[in-house]
Amino acid sequence: MRRYFGRKLLIYFITFFLAVTIDWLIPRFMPGNPVQNMLARAAVRPEAAEVMYSYYTRAFGLDVPIWQQYLNFWNALFHGDLGTSVYLFPQPVAKVLRESIPYDIFLLLPAILLSWWAGNKFGAFAARTKRLDNTLLPIGYILTATPYMWLGILLAWAFGIVLDIFPIAGAYSFSMEPHWSWLFIGDVLKHWFLPFASLFLVGFGGWAIGMRNMIIYELEADYSHYLEALGAPRRLVRKYAFRNAILPQITGLALQLGVIVAGALVTEVVFSYPGIGYLLLAAIQNQDYFLIQGCFLFIITGVLLANFLIDIAYVIVDPRVRRGMVGE
Amino acid sequence: MAEATKRKKKNEFVYFALRNNKLKIGVAVVAFFLLVAIFGTLLTENDPREYIGPMSARPSGEYWFGTTFFGQDVFSQFVVGLRATFLVGAVGGGLATFIGMLVGFVAGYRGGAIDESLNVLTNIILVIPTFAILIIVAAYLKVRGVMTESLFIGLTAWPWTARAIRAQTLSLRSREFVDLARMTAMRPMRIIFTEIAPNMMSYLVMAFILQFGGAILIAATLDFIGLGPTTGMSLGLMMQNAVNWGALQLGLWWWFIPPGAAIAAIVGALYIMNVGLDEVFNPKLRET
Amino acid sequence: MSLRVEELTVYYRTLRGDVRALEDASFAMDDGEIMGLAGESGCGKTTLSNSLILLAPPMKHIHGRVLLDGQELPIADIDAMNRFRFRDVSVVPQYAMNAMNPTRKIGRMVSELLRSRGIDPRKVLPELRRRLDLVELSEKVLTMYPIELSGGMKQRMVMVLSTLMDPSLLLADEITSALDVSTQKAVAKMLVEFRDREIVKSVIVITHDMSILYQIADTILIMYAGQLAEKGPTETIIHTPRHPYTELLITSLPKVGVKHDLARLEGIPGKPPLLLEPPTGCRFRERCPDASDACRKIPPLREIAPGHFVACCKEAGSDA
Repeated sequence: MRRYFGRKLLIYFITFFLAVTIDWLIPRFMPGNPVQNMLARAAVRPEAAEVMYSYYTRAFGLDVPIWQQYLNFWNALFHGDLGTSVYLFPQPVAKVLRESIPYDIFLLLPAILLSWWAGNKFGAFAARTKRLDNTLLPIGYILTATPYMWLGILLAWAFGIVLDIFPIAGAYSFSMEPHWSWLFIGDVLKHWFLPFASLFLVGFGGWAIGMRNMIIYELEADYSHYLEALGAPRRLVRKYAFRNAILPQITGLALQLGVIVAGALVTEVVFSYPGIGYLLLAAIQNQDYFLIQGCFLFIITGVLLANFLIDIAYVIVDPRVRRGMVGE
Repeated sequence: MAEATKRKKKNEFVYFALRNNKLKIGVAVVAFFLLVAIFGTLLTENDPREYIGPMSARPSGEYWFGTTFFGQDVFSQFVVGLRATFLVGAVGGGLATFIGMLVGFVAGYRGGAIDESLNVLTNIILVIPTFAILIIVAAYLKVRGVMTESLFIGLTAWPWTARAIRAQTLSLRSREFVDLARMTAMRPMRIIFTEIAPNMMSYLVMAFILQFGGAILIAATLDFIGLGPTTGMSLGLMMQNAVNWGALQLGLWWWFIPPGAAIAAIVGALYIMNVGLDEVFNPKLRET
Repeated sequence: MSLRVEELTVYYRTLRGDVRALEDASFAMDDGEIMGLAGESGCGKTTLSNSLILLAPPMKHIHGRVLLDGQELPIADIDAMNRFRFRDVSVVPQYAMNAMNPTRKIGRMVSELLRSRGIDPRKVLPELRRRLDLVELSEKVLTMYPIELSGGMKQRMVMVLSTLMDPSLLLADEITSALDVSTQKAVAKMLVEFRDREIVKSVIVITHDMSILYQIADTILIMYAGQLAEKGPTETIIHTPRHPYTELLITSLPKVGVKHDLARLEGIPGKPPLLLEPPTGCRFRERCPDASDACRKIPPLREIAPGHFVACCKEAGSDA
């Protein structure tokens, strides 16, 4: 057990280090100078611009040699300082992220968990009868083949424009200020529903298909045949099959996180939903070093953390790992 | 003797392949779009970027998919976009399959320290949200082509294929290799090529199909957020333009529905094709 | 108990047509009889045993019936057969090593299985303990996962479980094939002990290992290409077989103490026919050294001596 987690943690640390380094490195090589862009937007006189330029360069720590910037970066990271945003100057990146994170969690967590759970249940159900299976199979495959942004566009157009049931931009109406009231909560939910549905449906298709395949595999396993030969009711055989089929679906969830993150990103863009993804895009377009970094850090940390949690869950659920079975 | 059984095996595959509905439907759909991509421009001589028609026109006899907000022919854009899509799928997916096959096979065949280190590499890339990295790298390059996009995708999408190939190599290695080495005096290289490789073929083909579909999806997503090829047209780019220029609010459905529908159809067909292939290669799954 | 199988014919449905895996099998077994069922791979042994307990698609029941203690078993009806499974007919399968759910503790799996069959596990527990003792398994296995057991232990556990309800007929499918020789002996002895203690009434032991059968079987039934070739007491089959296939089979067995420079190990030249479109008449015709034109008709299984049945046109007497 210790070896198992030890190895996993080592990989996560290496990955974190590597990813963060890449994350820090690449924006540095992006074309264009963020301070210059910022100044260009502010349209100041050339003399003032020069002073401001040196000021801001120092303020953003861009005047020290690269290796020092790198060390400063790690140092700041451990102090929870993610720098100041250029695009949304003078707000600190940490603050900007903090304001966007709740929207992401609000959108992603239910979408991931619900689509996983519902998809698995449904896939297991579909594997029961041939007829059901044959009609639902193509639907599932097409759902999972649907690009996230296209489904978002479709839903936005169909339910937002044509039927005019849901709004298609923002997390809440522009006319409102966040406050605790049923009106506001209802408004938030209305804005949340379409992006959530979009993420949910694509994920649902994928999990349903995966589970259906796993269940069929388990139903054809030797232990299933043995139970049948001993006259066990179908109920018991299916129960065992489901319990065994869920295991690879748990690891599958960990593997899919990257894809889901990408999907959430484009969905946020379609619906102008103010999450990390939307923020990231704006940061790129405005060449905001620190904000890009901050978004990345959040994404990477989140994904690694989720992976770790899923690993723990898997160990709890699969007795073979606990009993010291080694190997993949 | 071995030749005869190999020929019989191949014929058996062909026999079942011709009778598998999923395979047939999948291939038909993909082939249809491929034909449109290749020959579509014969049906319309319009340059996809030129402003040749009335703005925001509905589909009609003259403009099959209508025109964009700027008066560009959507159908021409669609055809050219399809080409880019197939190209990215083939090159990106092919590269990913190739790398995965290499890594997986070497890891499974050699074992030991090589296996361990390749495993660590695979696991790291597996865990990193590579899409996030793709975004940054794509943003860094000022000029990007379809090939660069394919390259990125190929370099980051291979881990799951490597895992699958490695597992298959391990099981094959313990089975065939030992038996053959014992019974005949065949050199190991020959054994690899004549016995292990054919068993791998089915896996490789199926892995490629999945990578092909996956590459198309990733590319579409990259294109949609503006990080696709800087020149040329693509389906993802069409959707981005549509959204950015208010096609939703203006109800120009012919602009944003076809590109996404095509992707969903092609990738879906690829997935279904894969299921059919699995049935052809794996006798246990065949329906009686 | 008594078992009578009458003209049991079962085919496998495939895309290319029906594979005629079992053709007109007819034989009987007495109370307490351990019958060995032997033959080459693909001769239909497992088809026969599966037909008796789990005739599931792609298997198709064509005709024939099975009577256990005078009562006809509804083998063609999967659901109706459930009444008899585990209680009257049970099986120790070929895949016993993988027969138990890998993610369930064995004890839990057993009690869930019993409960699902309407049996109170608590009432059976004392007997279960006694049986585990009998096969020299510690009671602790009930708290373990299958992965923690060795191959032989899993085999014995499955044996205990399959026979827990004292079935009349036990089908033991290749239970020794995956074991080492000393464990093979132990398992074979256990089987005999189960019969002697009347835990099971009769056993059909399916194997292609004749040496095991020589040790424990009372009678042996030889099959070839889906047809029954010969059935008789063990001594008779081993020492004085009448069917040409049996003769060749017995002589092809290696003998202890004989080195290869003294006598060559002969096989039976040729291969068994594909059962998709089997030859008409006796299916051993092509490889039989004594074949004649009469073999174009399927020879019936004829009793040439008490308890000794042969299906060969040579034995058909003068009415061939």
